[in-house]
Amino acid sequence: MAQKILIVDDEPNILISLEYLMQREGFDVRVARDGLQAIEAIESDPPDLVLLDVMMPGKTGLEVCQHVRAIERLRHVVIVMLTAKGRETDVAKGLALGANAYVTKPFSTRDLVAQVRTLLQAQA
Amino acid sequence: MLSVPLVVGASFAYLLLLFGVASYGNWRSAQGRSVIDNAWVYALSMAVYCTAWTYFGSVGRAASAGIWFLPIYLGPTLAMVLAWVVVRKMLRIARSYRITSIADFIGSRYGKSPALAGLVTLITVVGIVPYIALQLKAVSVGYAVMTLPAGAQATQAQDWWNDSTLYFALALAAFTVVFGTRRLDVSERHEGMVAAIAFESVVKLLAFLAVGIFVTYGLFDGMADIFARVRAAPELAPLLGDAATFDYGQWFSLTLLAMLSVVLLPRQFQIMVVENVNERHLRRAAWVFPAYLLLINIFVLPVALGGLLLFGSGTMDPEAFVLSLPLASGQHALALLAFIGGLSAATGMVIVESIAVSSMVCNDLVMPLLLRTRRFGIRAQGDLTRLLLRIRRAAIFFVMLLGYGYFHWAGEAYALVSIGLISFAAVAQFAPALFGGMYWRGGTRVGAMAGLLIGFALWTYTLMLPSIAKSGWLPTAFLDDGPWGIQWLKPEQLFGLSGMDNLTHALFWSLSANLTAYVVLSLWRGPTPAETSQALLFVEAFQRNRSTEPVFWRGRAKVQDLLALTTRFVGSVRARHLFEEQARRLGVPTVAQIEPDAQLVRQVEIALAGAIGSASARVMVASVADEDALALEDVLQILDEATRLRAHSIELEEKSASLERATSELRAANAQLQSLDRLKDDFMSSVTHELRTPLTSIRSMAELMADEPDMPLAQRQQFIQIIVTETERLSRLVNQVLDLAKIESGHAQWHNTDIDLGQLLAQAVQTTEEMFRDRGAQVQLALPPQPVVLRADPDRLTQVVLNLLSNAAKFVPATGGKVDITLRTSDAGVQVTIQDNGPGVPAAQHGMIFEKFHQNQDSGGYRPQGTGLGLPISRQIVEHFGGRIWIDPAYGGGARFVFDLPWNTMADTGATDVHTPAPATGHALPPTP
Repeated sequence: MAQKILIVDDEPNILISLEYLMQREGFDVRVARDGLQAIEAIESDPPDLVLLDVMMPGKTGLEVCQHVRAIERLRHVVIVMLTAKGRETDVAKGLALGANAYVTKPFSTRDLVAQVRTLLQAQA
Repeated sequence: MLSVPLVVGASFAYLLLLFGVASYGNWRSAQGRSVIDNAWVYALSMAVYCTAWTYFGSVGRAASAGIWFLPIYLGPTLAMVLAWVVVRKMLRIARSYRITSIADFIGSRYGKSPALAGLVTLITVVGIVPYIALQLKAVSVGYAVMTLPAGAQATQAQDWWNDSTLYFALALAAFTVVFGTRRLDVSERHEGMVAAIAFESVVKLLAFLAVGIFVTYGLFDGMADIFARVRAAPELAPLLGDAATFDYGQWFSLTLLAMLSVVLLPRQFQIMVVENVNERHLRRAAWVFPAYLLLINIFVLPVALGGLLLFGSGTMDPEAFVLSLPLASGQHALALLAFIGGLSAATGMVIVESIAVSSMVCNDLVMPLLLRTRRFGIRAQGDLTRLLLRIRRAAIFFVMLLGYGYFHWAGEAYALVSIGLISFAAVAQFAPALFGGMYWRGGTRVGAMAGLLIGFALWTYTLMLPSIAKSGWLPTAFLDDGPWGIQWLKPEQLFGLSGMDNLTHALFWSLSANLTAYVVLSLWRGPTPAETSQALLFVEAFQRNRSTEPVFWRGRAKVQDLLALTTRFVGSVRARHLFEEQARRLGVPTVAQIEPDAQLVRQVEIALAGAIGSASARVMVASVADEDALALEDVLQILDEATRLRAHSIELEEKSASLERATSELRAANAQLQSLDRLKDDFMSSVTHELRTPLTSIRSMAELMADEPDMPLAQRQQFIQIIVTETERLSRLVNQVLDLAKIESGHAQWHNTDIDLGQLLAQAVQTTEEMFRDRGAQVQLALPPQPVVLRADPDRLTQVVLNLLSNAAKFVPATGGKVDITLRTSDAGVQVTIQDNGPGVPAAQHGMIFEKFHQNQDSGGYRPQGTGLGLPISRQIVEHFGGRIWIDPAYGGGARFVFDLPWNTMADTGATDVHTPAPATGHALPPTP
């Protein structure tokens, strides 16, 4: 059964590229354009992994992460934070909130895919 | 005439009232709520200067010599002008060193000399006796007028034990004793006495005014009436002054005399200096006292002239007009009031004067002698406080009896005023020593002694002896022909100096000899170390405060000795209090463990000075301590140390103040740096984010295409297009960031020329035509008819306009979009408005939108393709030219952006630019990417 990935980013072009990438890799991909949509999507149909952009209008990625991690049944969802901000404090914040990994943009597509696969395998 | 019991009864009742006021004053003081800590009370108490002389003497003088009663009151008024400077210094010195009298002041200044203090006391006693006699005479005359039928002459009682005045004098002495000698330390204030004096000042003023008003407006029709009638009467007219023969010399000398007396008379010194509670009270007193003098003197001349007019000259004693006028008109109550007023004036003077003189006699005449005897002397034990009080009381009675004696034997012959002036001239001899001592460090004891002796001798010879001779107690031959027939030594025309009245003559000789001797002898042999140290403390009284004052003492002392000494003279309670305070200062737990230092010894000496005078205090302390004699170098060294200490402490204060300033400045700078740092951080992270976002897309797309060589062409095209767009976005961003950085740091280049703003706007609209057409929006441009010329950088202004237009294009609704551009001119400058009918900007964000990287949070997921730097750059550009840009909060139909520019843009002021000459018609250059 193909694993489900949810991609959350407010930049349309990044959404396009990530969607194409993950679909090429054989994942079942859904997208969300902002934090609220993301929460809705995660709660209604929990994916196996979420690629979560941090800087978004409305609810930021960190808030989404916090929200999701508070829900017991969603503990298994892997959260990978994606952000253009790379300061150590931000990394620490994200990981402290319960994210499984933290990837800075621009990323290497190959590395991203490899990391996704590793995380999903560890989860399984 | 009034009945004797009535007059006596009223007088007695008044004295009881005074007693009551004094008691109240003492009671309040014991409670800690002093009534005399009040500038009004202080000022009123100074009015003790006005004695029965004012009531009787002035009127008498006015009746015989017109305005010549005035100088006695002009003098003090003038003196008050200088009061703030001179008297304040006296106050400061007296407070610091517990000076208890004028003898103490002078003695202390010249090296704490007992001999000098004793001399001053002697001169005072001799000089003041006539003045006391004057008061007694005035009261007895007044009493006679009140109780005898009009016109009857009072018969002087031949036997003194029959004389009611004697009993009056004794009663006054008793009254004074009760209020002046409660406790020993004279530098504790006689609160009750001062309160009573202030009260009686009010009483005497009111009484005199009452009589004056009655005479002027009751018996006559006002002052003009009186003066007119006097001028009409030939024998009285000269009283109003004759300009031709006005004796300026005499006027001057009388005024000068009064000026000196208002400070040097014992009672004045006592009230003004010793009883003063707060230096600042002097300020109010400086105008209240002259005002009082003015008020009390207003009716003197009218009353005198009125009496002359009504009674004629020669029948009634003019000195008693204040009483005889109301009596003659049947106004018995008013007469009684006036008598009470006169009595009040006399009483006030006598009380204060005798207290002051008795303390001088006790401290500076009796004590030094007593201390030499075995019984009371240095090695004796026992509490001396009781003895000192008894000596004081005895002195009061003694002085009073002397005054009575003079009254009885010499008072008849002379008019009151003349007696008083003799006393004034006596105390005037203190002036060179006192004022010289306050301002001239070079004054010495020898000089002061010599001056006082010579002045006093001349005073006696030219004033005192003649007055006694004229009373019939000495042969007058020496007056007329000089002693032993030597014409040159005639007392009233010494060395042939004639043409002056006797007072001016006496004053001239005594004061000039006094001053000369003082100066010459002081210069001849310089001051001793003790005198130098005292001179420094006195002359520089204002420059030092207690902590930086040098203590001119070196030696060793035992604390038990000092404690025993202090207890002997000020009592055990106060002695203990003082020593416990000193123990605290030295940081020592018990009194017994104190190691006496110079400061402690000094405090002890000052405490003793309050009881027995500075000179005796010095002697006593020297007797219990093992002192090192101070040579002049030692004095100077101590002074030097003290000065350095003071300079050091001032320096420390300044340093700490500047340190505080520096710290607060540093703190402010730090806070600013931190906030700037944060701003920079925010900016950096925003820029990083904005740069990395398009880079992410570019990289991802490129990698995807690279990994899939056989990607379908359409897909490939899409990706390539995205890469192109993102690249453009990226480079736009980079350019803008650099642009903004350049403008903000002042490194941008501005190419300013004269621009036609209307044309610039039109060209911008043209450039964006297609963009708006794509959005289906309509653009309208409203320009004024004439060209609007400004000096600015056309590229930059175009940048601003394009930014605003593209924002409008972004937010204009999909259908029916409208954008209006307006150009307006005014006196101040030009204004450009660009408004659209889009969703507008929420009020809360009106300020924020001009911040870097802030972007309108549009609902609906549509994210404007902007960099977030357009508006900040526009703002920088507009503000560079001295204008403003803002969003109009009042416009609800969408977003309305406005910017204005002054006619004299900053470009005109020639700031910063690179100037490139341009063609007169500014071409619109392509907008910066």
